[in-house]
Amino acid sequence: MTNYLEFEKGLAEIEGKAEELRALARSNEGMDVEAEAKGLDTKAATIKKDLYSSLTPWQKCQVARHPERPHCRVYVDQLFEEFTPLAGDRTFADDYAVMGGLARFRGTPVVVLGHEKGHDTRTRIEHNFGMARPEGYRKAIRLMDLADRFGLPLITLVDTPGAYPGKGAEERGQSEAIARSTQKCLSLGVPLASVIIGEGGSGGAVAFATANRIAMLEHSIYSVISPEGCASILWKDAEKMREAAGALRLTAQDLQKLGVIDRIVKEPLGGAHRHAKDAVNAVGDAIEAMLEEMSGMDRKALIADRRQKFIGMGSKGLAA
Amino acid sequence: MNWITNYVRPKINSLFSRREVPENLWTKCPECGTMLFHRELRDNLNVCSACDHHMSITPRDRFATLFDGGTFVEVKVPDPVTDPLQFRDQKRYGDRLKTAQRQTGEHEAMLVAEGEIGRTPVVAAAQDFSFMAGSMGMYVGNAIIAAAERAVKLKRPLILFSAAGGARMQEGILSLMQMPRTTVAVDMLKDAGLPYIVVLTHPTTGGVTASYAMLGDVHISEPNALICFAGPRVIEQTIREKLPEGFQRAEYLLDHGMLDRVTHRKQLRQELIQITRMLLGLPQAVAGDLPAPDPEPAPVPLPEPAEATKGDTGKTPAAPAPDEQGKPGAAVQAASTKPPAK
Repeated sequence: MTNYLEFEKGLAEIEGKAEELRALARSNEGMDVEAEAKGLDTKAATIKKDLYSSLTPWQKCQVARHPERPHCRVYVDQLFEEFTPLAGDRTFADDYAVMGGLARFRGTPVVVLGHEKGHDTRTRIEHNFGMARPEGYRKAIRLMDLADRFGLPLITLVDTPGAYPGKGAEERGQSEAIARSTQKCLSLGVPLASVIIGEGGSGGAVAFATANRIAMLEHSIYSVISPEGCASILWKDAEKMREAAGALRLTAQDLQKLGVIDRIVKEPLGGAHRHAKDAVNAVGDAIEAMLEEMSGMDRKALIADRRQKFIGMGSKGLAA
Repeated sequence: MNWITNYVRPKINSLFSRREVPENLWTKCPECGTMLFHRELRDNLNVCSACDHHMSITPRDRFATLFDGGTFVEVKVPDPVTDPLQFRDQKRYGDRLKTAQRQTGEHEAMLVAEGEIGRTPVVAAAQDFSFMAGSMGMYVGNAIIAAAERAVKLKRPLILFSAAGGARMQEGILSLMQMPRTTVAVDMLKDAGLPYIVVLTHPTTGGVTASYAMLGDVHISEPNALICFAGPRVIEQTIREKLPEGFQRAEYLLDHGMLDRVTHRKQLRQELIQITRMLLGLPQAVAGDLPAPDPEPAPVPLPEPAEATKGDTGKTPAAPAPDEQGKPGAAVQAASTKPPAK
């Protein structure tokens, strides 16, 4: 069963009807409803196409947070071979909100790192909904260091609502851990390619996505604050998240215009959650292309490239 | 109980007395409620003389007491595109900016200056909490990059005073991108082998804490400053329990290993001089005040326009101070960057 979003009501109705018809036909021998069901299918496809070609920023937030949207683990399982998870920050703990390790990407040994949200209630709690604590960022720093020392390209998959706002996290230096992770990203002498596959939530995302090349799935988001948070601060009303989502320019399309990201990865019709396999492969192709672009660059060039990219960022604004 | 007491007298009072007693002559300490006379408060660096509560201080006031003789030269910060996202909440961002500029008389939320502290040439940057909560947008990012570039060019340490509610939401993703941008600035100093000292003042939160404010060679904070990534309210909403007294305050962070020192504002200048001089391998600073200013009265122009210098009271002649002559690099900088001697 597909999990429909609130703006997909019309679509849910038609797809539901087609499903019902087919179920009816299965239980009544000799009943031919296929023509009618096909008609409904076409209608549903048109609606889907219309909906998904003009999603509002807030609708994109909902798609980006869809419970069935492929998450880090799915990408790692499908795109990488010999994935060998590595754990722990060697200081305090292992943070399950961050997964990473050694792996082969289309033959090349790499280090892959990402926020893992989990796929059902139990695993979501286990992975803290992809909200990392300082240990997560410190583990990331350790793996980045490993990649750097052994000359392995680093691939990061970003999907986090943000860094975890908790008492322990603050005590153990959440800000410092994020700051160091960003700094580590900037210092790497190996190619760093980043893909925002779902939610790019504020500092928790920056700590992974300070990369040479940044790609974003078509309906993913990347923002300084969640639309709800922004609405409650600036509009004094958390219900104004639609307005806030629009004002924040958090869609892949706006971010490309602003020069914050380099490429948009197209999602299958109806969002990545409808055809996970296609979405994952498209991301794989984007990663390959990004690594290819950096193939001729040496350590110095890679570091300089990253610095230049971020120093120059935002100099034009949206008007340009 | 007649029209004279009810109407005429207040009217007369309002006409005559208001101008003589401006409302801002007295400030009430938000911590202990003591009424503090403005001049006394200013002399005490905006610290309550009764309870030692550190109130906020504008970058200009801070620099006036930080630099030798209150003399500093502003470092020019390139202006970014105004309102890059054409952001609008209940008000237009452009209007909010204008209001903040009118209220503070400042251009933006950070001031960068070069000058000397205890005859040690430094570059300093200070965030202005009174300007849109000191929030970090493109301008603040540019300011930090300009400060770092200037420090590298002059081979001076950078002292940064942070104070911010976090990132400037009205600049959306571009405010977030100031985290890596300012980190590049910190790395420039690191590459050049120059000290980068952060003074975290009340409050330093959000993306600011999670970037340049936590990447210093030395972290000093003012007493009781709130320093955090997620604010106490957000955490209370998340974990649904009351947070302990003093949570996320400077002393708490000191206990948890995030700061080197918590220092009273009055001792801060001396401590910064000591630390920068030791890190630069310079001899001990000359104790006591600088030589008295020249007998002729020095003009004290207000630092209204950018680039203006404050009156060079208390300035020694252009020759490098004797304690710096052993260090050719330092002496050259000192000579070349001194404000014109009169």
